[in-house]
Amino acid sequence: MIEARIQLNRGSFSLDAKLSVPGRGVTALFGPSGSGKTTLLRAIAGLDRHADAYLKVGDTVWQDRGTFVPPHRRPLGYVFQEGSLFAHCSVIKNLEYGFKRIPHGSRRISLDRAVELFELSPLLDRRPTDLSGGEMRRVAIARALLTSPRLLLMDEPLSGLDLERKGTIMRILERLRDELDIPMLFVSHLPDEVAQLADHLIYIRNGTISAEGASEDIFSRLDLPLAHEPDAGVMIRTIAAARDEEYQLSRLEFDGGIFMVARDAGPIGRPVRIRIPARDVSLTLSRHSDTSILNVLPATVEEIVEGASAQVMVRLRVGGSLLLARITSKSAMALDLQPGKGVFAQVKSVALLDET
Amino acid sequence: MREFIYRSATVTVALFGLASFQADALDIRVAAASNISRPMKSIAAQFESNTSHKVLLSFGSTGMHYAQIRNGAPFDLFFAADEERPERLEAEGVAVPSTRITYAIGHLVLWSPEKDRVDSEGRILVQSSFEWLAIANPKHAPYGRAAREALESLEIWDVIQRQIVRGENVAQAYQFVATGNAEIGLIAYSQIRRANAETAGSWWRVPQSMYTPIRQQAVLLKDRPAARDFLRFTSRNEAKKILRDFGYEVPTERDAGGK
Amino acid sequence: MLAENDLSALGTTLRLAFVTTLILLLLGTPLAWWLARTRNRCKVVVDAVVSLPLVLPPTVIGFYLLLALGPRGPIGGLMERLGGQSLAFTFAGLVIGSVVYSLPFVVQPLQDAFTSVGRRPFEEAATLRAGPLDRFFTIAVPLARHGYLTAMVLGFAHTIGEFGVVLMIGGNIPGETHVLSIAIYDHVEALEYGRAHLLSGLLIVLSFLMLLPVYALNRRYRMGRVS
Repeated sequence: MIEARIQLNRGSFSLDAKLSVPGRGVTALFGPSGSGKTTLLRAIAGLDRHADAYLKVGDTVWQDRGTFVPPHRRPLGYVFQEGSLFAHCSVIKNLEYGFKRIPHGSRRISLDRAVELFELSPLLDRRPTDLSGGEMRRVAIARALLTSPRLLLMDEPLSGLDLERKGTIMRILERLRDELDIPMLFVSHLPDEVAQLADHLIYIRNGTISAEGASEDIFSRLDLPLAHEPDAGVMIRTIAAARDEEYQLSRLEFDGGIFMVARDAGPIGRPVRIRIPARDVSLTLSRHSDTSILNVLPATVEEIVEGASAQVMVRLRVGGSLLLARITSKSAMALDLQPGKGVFAQVKSVALLDET
Repeated sequence: MREFIYRSATVTVALFGLASFQADALDIRVAAASNISRPMKSIAAQFESNTSHKVLLSFGSTGMHYAQIRNGAPFDLFFAADEERPERLEAEGVAVPSTRITYAIGHLVLWSPEKDRVDSEGRILVQSSFEWLAIANPKHAPYGRAAREALESLEIWDVIQRQIVRGENVAQAYQFVATGNAEIGLIAYSQIRRANAETAGSWWRVPQSMYTPIRQQAVLLKDRPAARDFLRFTSRNEAKKILRDFGYEVPTERDAGGK
Repeated sequence: MLAENDLSALGTTLRLAFVTTLILLLLGTPLAWWLARTRNRCKVVVDAVVSLPLVLPPTVIGFYLLLALGPRGPIGGLMERLGGQSLAFTFAGLVIGSVVYSLPFVVQPLQDAFTSVGRRPFEEAATLRAGPLDRFFTIAVPLARHGYLTAMVLGFAHTIGEFGVVLMIGGNIPGETHVLSIAIYDHVEALEYGRAHLLSGLLIVLSFLMLLPVYALNRRYRMGRVS
């Protein structure tokens, strides 16, 4: 839906990005700090004008050699980092700002709906200076949404929040993803956030886009620097299947088997995303029953790549999903791991990405 | 005997001269009206070359000088643009008694920088064929007062009110006319008189009968011999010639003293 | 208590200050806005020119205005060609002089206020569908409110005290160009010290009463409460 090509040189920083963002679902612009994510986001919004840029949204060209559609004419919503708001307006006035400026016919979200969705009723008459970080964030997202944008852009929507607030905002964003039909593009450098929220990833590093694709695929690729990060690991979509009250365990089903997690995964039938850090996956050649590890899954080795400090990353296929394991070179040698070999993956910990 | 007296007299006079040289070889501070700046500079230069004194001239508005002197400004002499201020200083005991003299008499002219604007009888005033007439402020400037008197004599003072523009002093009135903002102005003859060249523009010398003579008076403020010398010098022929060259009338012996 | 002449001087002074301030707010707003936002290299030159009246003696401004308004000057010549009256010795001429004289006192507070707003609020507004003019009126002006107050009061107070410029081009016409500062000067020259004291006192009190709220409000603003 969005095709963009941006090229710019600013002193020591240069950006050469060519990307396409799907017209549905949530896409994350993901990469380490300073990689140019925010620059790219701002360029898409038209906040910075770059000479060498091309931007096409749907069938409309927003930026070209001779064309530049200014930001106020682009049907985008933008949530700035730290959720900044107009200091001289109350919360309700902030919310109304964009809302009032779009024609009646274009309003797909009503003020009341937004207030309800974001739980803003007690806050309406307050000034931004009297709001907490989390509250400001909610107002900022609501404000952007009230312009009924064709695309919602968010710059690090969860940064600077404590764990609890992050959870609240995350839940709101998930609701937006699942209930509204507005595609979202957000910037983040945290894999957990990205894994929980995004369906599609654009991985950017040092001003260039290294990879694009579905979240699960990107997280499981060994050819990206991502795989060599300390917290590298896959994301798998599961469904909550059963709950064992006696042992306080939840059963998650996916297309490669099941996971048992010592956490409450919520109501049965609920989609749950999980992340499995590669360092928490160990491999055996035969199934052990005398182990404390709950989750042992049969898997096939697909690819092995050497990493730093005598370690290797192994990509495994588990049914329809992929798993990453990081083990020592020595072990890899000892187990004689090769592509195609059948093994058992022992998953020591599973991170539930949406805690209720 | 005669020779002895003659010689001692010479020595005494010489000694006196020497003594006075040393005692009075200090600067003379003079406050003078702005309108006499040019003649006063010449007179002072002449004085300095004749004697060994140095004259420090401060030019400004008479009103300001008066206020400053009343508040202790360290001037030795005050050359005003009018009679009133020196009179006051004398009456208030600030000036040295019996030193007030008229050093110059100013004359009022109606002037335009354009050649054929002002006729030789000043009829343009009565005909009212001009936009602005510049005068000095009659409230406090001597030339302004004189202008008002002249216009009253011509019986046009009330009629002409809307066309009058006031400068704070006659120098400003001159500026208004010189820059063309006012076509004509009642100013001082000394402002347009050029010693070596013909006067530019056209003018009418307002008859003395139409206004009270503008007597510019001076008064001694500090009783110092050098200051007295300078004051006396301004009544001497050399000084008078300079003043006349600059367009001032100088008082005859009769009216050289205070009124 | 006040003589008629002095009363009229007060009236003329207030009228002059009012008109000048109004014109300066209208002219100064786009100028201050541009200065606050531009990255153009000419900015430093314009900044310096705007600041000139801060350091130039008012008599210099008045003198050149006198020449400019005269028949041989650029403004006077133009007026003549347009068939209009000369602006010297008129209230309008004084307004021109006062606008130049008080320019930095209005432009600089506005410029500072606009600068302190920063870029972010405008970016936010742009993403919320506000065009440039809309952003100016709904974001810049409210957030720069304190700057407007300061600019208004300083411009007004500064013009009330104007002397040098009026001296040069006023012509002391009652009801038109006879302002308070000139009236005081005239009283002093005419040795009417009592009247001079009265008017000077009035001027001091007036100025003080105008400046006090500005500084009180600025203090409130600086302590974090956007008034």
